[in-house]
Amino acid sequence: MSKKTLFDKIWDTHVVKQIKDGPSVLYIDRHFIHEVTSPQAFKGLEKRGLPVFRPQQVVATADHNVPTLNQELPIKEELSRIQVQTLKDNCAKFGIELYGLGHPFQGIVHVIGPELGVTQPGCTYVCGDSHTSTHGAFGSIAFGIGTSEVEMVLATQCLLQSKPKLMRISVDGDLGKGVTSKDIVLYILAQISASGATGYAVEFAGSAIRALTMEARMTICNMSIEMGARCGMIAPDQTTFDYVKGRKFAPQGADWDKKLAEWQQLYSDQDSVFDKEYHFKAEDIEPMITYGTNPGMGIGVTGHVPELSEISQRDQPAFEKSIQYMGLKAGEHIMGHPVDYVFIGSCTNSRIEDLRQVAAFVKGKQKAEGVTCWVVPGSKQVEAQAKEEGIDKILEAAGFQLRQPGCSACLGMNEDKIPAGKYCISTSNRNFEGRQGPNARTMLASPLMAAAAAVTGKVCDVRELV
Amino acid sequence: MSKAINLIKSTVVPLNLENIDTDQIIPARFLKATSREGFGENLFRDWRFENNNPLEPKKDFVLNNPIYAGKILVAAKNFGCGSSREHAAWAIKDYGFDVVVSSFFADIFKNNALNNFLVPVTVSEGFLQQIFTAVEKDPKTEIAVSVADQTITILATGEKESFEINHYKKDCLLNGFDDIDYLLNMRGEITAYEQQLG
Repeated sequence: MSKKTLFDKIWDTHVVKQIKDGPSVLYIDRHFIHEVTSPQAFKGLEKRGLPVFRPQQVVATADHNVPTLNQELPIKEELSRIQVQTLKDNCAKFGIELYGLGHPFQGIVHVIGPELGVTQPGCTYVCGDSHTSTHGAFGSIAFGIGTSEVEMVLATQCLLQSKPKLMRISVDGDLGKGVTSKDIVLYILAQISASGATGYAVEFAGSAIRALTMEARMTICNMSIEMGARCGMIAPDQTTFDYVKGRKFAPQGADWDKKLAEWQQLYSDQDSVFDKEYHFKAEDIEPMITYGTNPGMGIGVTGHVPELSEISQRDQPAFEKSIQYMGLKAGEHIMGHPVDYVFIGSCTNSRIEDLRQVAAFVKGKQKAEGVTCWVVPGSKQVEAQAKEEGIDKILEAAGFQLRQPGCSACLGMNEDKIPAGKYCISTSNRNFEGRQGPNARTMLASPLMAAAAAVTGKVCDVRELV
Repeated sequence: MSKAINLIKSTVVPLNLENIDTDQIIPARFLKATSREGFGENLFRDWRFENNNPLEPKKDFVLNNPIYAGKILVAAKNFGCGSSREHAAWAIKDYGFDVVVSSFFADIFKNNALNNFLVPVTVSEGFLQQIFTAVEKDPKTEIAVSVADQTITILATGEKESFEINHYKKDCLLNGFDDIDYLLNMRGEITAYEQQLG
């Protein structure tokens, strides 16, 4: 029998048809939708007079546009209000379950899928959002799509997809104190660049990955798109099964046993072949921070912005444009750089473990004067859990504001924007120009690094404080 | 009106920067529309205008330079990375481009472009430099792209390269077919697939 990778095993069972000299017709098990990338797709269905083919396989929530304060009141901003209302109308009309504002399951689409047990090993997931790669942490094929493709999946539960090449990135060894999964992924990005995995499906493997919790694994797969990967995935194991078991939409009873037996077969066979492989050592990874305007422009916190001479001539114009935007100089050390805002949230780092880490660190401490600290939970369930554990009180006492769930300042579609010229240490996934607001300056880091910056008012090495 | 696209002959707009992400192509704050139209006016919004004001064009940005115009946008590697927003492809097409040339496209952007009959042409790093050099020398340099022949030619010099496109997608571009038409015709087979899963 031929050796198969984890990716092959899932892909092969989801191909409805292979078009000659073309893409495959790929079956999609679950389709997540939100308010921003779905309205034009529903409009397309209406124009063609089509129903949604499998409405019970679609899960909807409102996250990108929603305010993170006073969610019980009507949305002030008119266009956002219309978009959220349009999602509500479309879901009602086409028979789709909506976890909208006010619903106890509402939240960032890539947070609620896993926490509800919708996300399971061996399945295919899509969403009109590039961070759909998050769900690959369960050993599934999950990727972001455009709105035309959202329409295709609504209409047929299938997509036309060409099979990507396969890459394996192994990280072995033990992480140091204060180093987290966010640092692993920022480190990999700094090594292979923001286009290092374009055209590939990436499997993350190795002992350092195996040792991570599910939430930490999600952070890594979430940012696989920042390397350009079609999807990121991690083979399911006992950690995965324990996480899924008992969740609302997880299989139960005999069905669980049957599924579990299938899931236990989901791994890359020994000696299976990848088109490209990378190996990294966990011991080499420091707490990371980005200095530029793509997520591949990261350094260890004790490092410095590269000198111009360290950059290839071809890349120099983009590098110079980038550090100019960031108000940094080539060769400059980043430690000690003042910070104006701290944003802890987004589909990368807004889960309960992230909030627990931040709370444990800031307990009994105070944020530095002049720093604005927003903590935006990933979902209503995370928010409720945080309150139950008293995390809200700890954050409040430290001068942080615990807000309501949504994508928030990750992309600033709602009011949560970083003002022009200000520096924000952000636990989100993108430091693109203007991402958090026109001319805002984003430095990506882990929740622990963000919390440390909040307390000291500057970029600092969290290892010296824990 | 047929969306079919084959021969494009035009002057080009050169944007010699790597890693141009979809947040630059169309910033998130312009994604609040519920229709597909009108995104072109906000294409490269924050690179194009000072203070978010369309009355203050940034003089050094190529779209504001009257020397450059045309239906072909040429950019450096990893074009369209980042967010999956199809609004980026809509904005480029709506602005008037039919082709984007780069040495490397982000996957999702490439699919979105093809679904909107915006042809993503992947060329070698060397050929890309030849285009930039030719346009720098003469902004009126014309480029010809043939989808049927899968070739791109710098007309003044005759330099030519072929590009990859799968047979199925080529058919779609040449005939104006959408993926969704293909998939809708497959609903019987899709249902049979579901039943066999039980």
